[in-house]
Amino acid sequence: MTELIIEPGRAERQYWRDLWKYRELFYFLAWRDLLVRYKQTVVGVAWSVIRPFLTMVVLTIVFGKLGKMPAGAVPYPILVFCGMLPWQFFSTALAESGSSLVSNSNLISKVYFPRLVVPASSIITSFVDFLISTILLTALMGWYRWLPSANSVFLPAFVALTLAASLGAGLWVAALMVEYRDFKFIVPFITQFGLYLSPVGFDSSVVPERWRLLYSLNPMVGIIDGFRWAILGGQHRLFLPGLLASVLGVALLLFSGVWYFRKTEQSFADVI
Amino acid sequence: MPSPIITVENLGKRYLISHQRKKGDGLRHTIEEAVRNPLSFLRQIGGRRNLENDVVWALKAVSFTVTEGEIVGIIGRNGAGKSTLLKVLSRITRPTEGRVRLRGRVASLLEVGTGFHQELTGRENIFLNGAILGMTRAEIRRKFDEIVAFSEVEKFLDTPVKRYSSGMYVRLAFAVAAHLEPEILIVDEVLAVGDAAFQKKCLGKMRDVATGGRTVLFVSHNMQAVSVLCSRALLIEGGTVAHDGGIQDTIDLYMAPEKGSAVGAADPEKRLGSGDYRYTAAQPEKDCFEGSEEKSVAFELRRRKQRVGKMWLSAHVVDADGLVLAQCDSRLIGTMADDCERLTGRFRFSTPWLKPGRYRMDLVICANGILVDLWEGACSIIISPVLPYPYSLSEDGTKLGRVFSDFRWDLETQDDNGGVAVARTLESR
Repeated sequence: MTELIIEPGRAERQYWRDLWKYRELFYFLAWRDLLVRYKQTVVGVAWSVIRPFLTMVVLTIVFGKLGKMPAGAVPYPILVFCGMLPWQFFSTALAESGSSLVSNSNLISKVYFPRLVVPASSIITSFVDFLISTILLTALMGWYRWLPSANSVFLPAFVALTLAASLGAGLWVAALMVEYRDFKFIVPFITQFGLYLSPVGFDSSVVPERWRLLYSLNPMVGIIDGFRWAILGGQHRLFLPGLLASVLGVALLLFSGVWYFRKTEQSFADVI
Repeated sequence: MPSPIITVENLGKRYLISHQRKKGDGLRHTIEEAVRNPLSFLRQIGGRRNLENDVVWALKAVSFTVTEGEIVGIIGRNGAGKSTLLKVLSRITRPTEGRVRLRGRVASLLEVGTGFHQELTGRENIFLNGAILGMTRAEIRRKFDEIVAFSEVEKFLDTPVKRYSSGMYVRLAFAVAAHLEPEILIVDEVLAVGDAAFQKKCLGKMRDVATGGRTVLFVSHNMQAVSVLCSRALLIEGGTVAHDGGIQDTIDLYMAPEKGSAVGAADPEKRLGSGDYRYTAAQPEKDCFEGSEEKSVAFELRRRKQRVGKMWLSAHVVDADGLVLAQCDSRLIGTMADDCERLTGRFRFSTPWLKPGRYRMDLVICANGILVDLWEGACSIIISPVLPYPYSLSEDGTKLGRVFSDFRWDLETQDDNGGVAVARTLESR
């Protein structure tokens, strides 16, 4: 028979075991979010295609046509789309997981489960959008008859990095939003500014060399560069110090996120 | 003696009421504080909030044990700490001090339909809700048909629950929860929903759960349900266990604070009447009577002035609104008291059946058509909230009427096709 001891401040050894036990809940919450996503919409799943496509068109016109940013030999839409892929994933995942605890407050205050399940599962919908966008990129590359580079084998590593960055940031925001609803307003700012502060609509080579490392303190810079390098190859060299900064930044974000989340988790039900 | 499945030792839960919301609110205030006093801010972030001033102990020094297979009711007034206790036991919130040991899988049902999603169909919600309550997918699939049958919503399984009537919604939600199979089940007020027939079904299901050897903690304001289900109850008052004992004792005690001081003039000199004789004591023989049982009040009266010859006595049963429900006059049954120094006796009545609550007794002495003593509010009698009927659980069935009746329905049904007539009698007892 399993024995459970409830004590104040007890660092539960069983927490991670519980997390594993509740993996089905993770699955069901993600499944619910996906099912509910496009209920009572007319075009339904097509939104997952329309949104990135229109964003791509706007960014191409603004940065490529009006801003006349350099793209080398790469068609500008493809350049933009490679940047948008991780960025869109990050920003929607941050928004979804950030608000996940508050929007599931009825669960938090009525049922026990490891709370990490909620923000983690809410990232899945964004991940599905990401996969759909990937298909869209493939179609776009086919249209421009552009072959992906051999570096593509490293793509999963960069996807994992994006996932870790989203989860880390999402955990911070989710835990903070339980107590400070201010983050409801802060997150849209982050994602809005981030779009311009990260090299989404342009290539990071336009940033002067001496500012490059400073610029790479934004972990999304290394990730987006990584995506372009993996998919486009060619003249897109990997800026290694930047990538390293990005990996370290993401690791810091993820571990501190889990730490803060675990620390505040116990009082979620009292505060929410 | 089997070892306890639940052990609660000295449990306490403290809430910080101010919780940094005193001046300004939200982030701005916190940033302000961080700038003004970085050290204490860091200490707060580090987990040691030193805001001892506005603390409320929702639970304090709570200790009890429950052995396997027991069904324990938890009763108490709103705000006594029942819900906090359940939240701590089901790990939704952490205790501030003390310790709980649970030996077995715990499932808690603090609300019916937690996590139901309006846009999803009944079928989808069964899976979702089951997973939220801690069932595995295989388990849900195995019990799916049973759940559907219990909920009686087969036809609407593929309709979004937002199109359900509230009754269907509740039935489906309870059906999922009822098929949990934990070793320890924690239930809060879930019988307060649904119509009477469904409540009965739920109660039956809960009894099955209990007779299946599982341990149940059951919180309710419905004393009827508590007394039917539980053999033992904890009375929670002001965050601690005020009483732990048999179900009837605990319910009586729960009602007891309402008993006591007589409303009328206790001083015999100030009462109406000639005052030759006065009642000197009146005491109900039980703290709490059941609605249908015989109620009795012991009394004493003494001569204070002159003899008055034969006296007749009367008792009035007055409800909370001041309405006299019954005048029980000894003349009506030909009982007279002889002249004496001191007389003790018992006044008994069994009809009408009284509704739960508190009733005032007024006692009267008359002799030769003259009022000798009128003691308004000589005592109060308390009627237990356990209803005298075998089936009623919801308020709908009992809210009308000032008293309960001992009644029966004799039914004779005939079908047009000349089928056999069936006569049935349904009795209230």
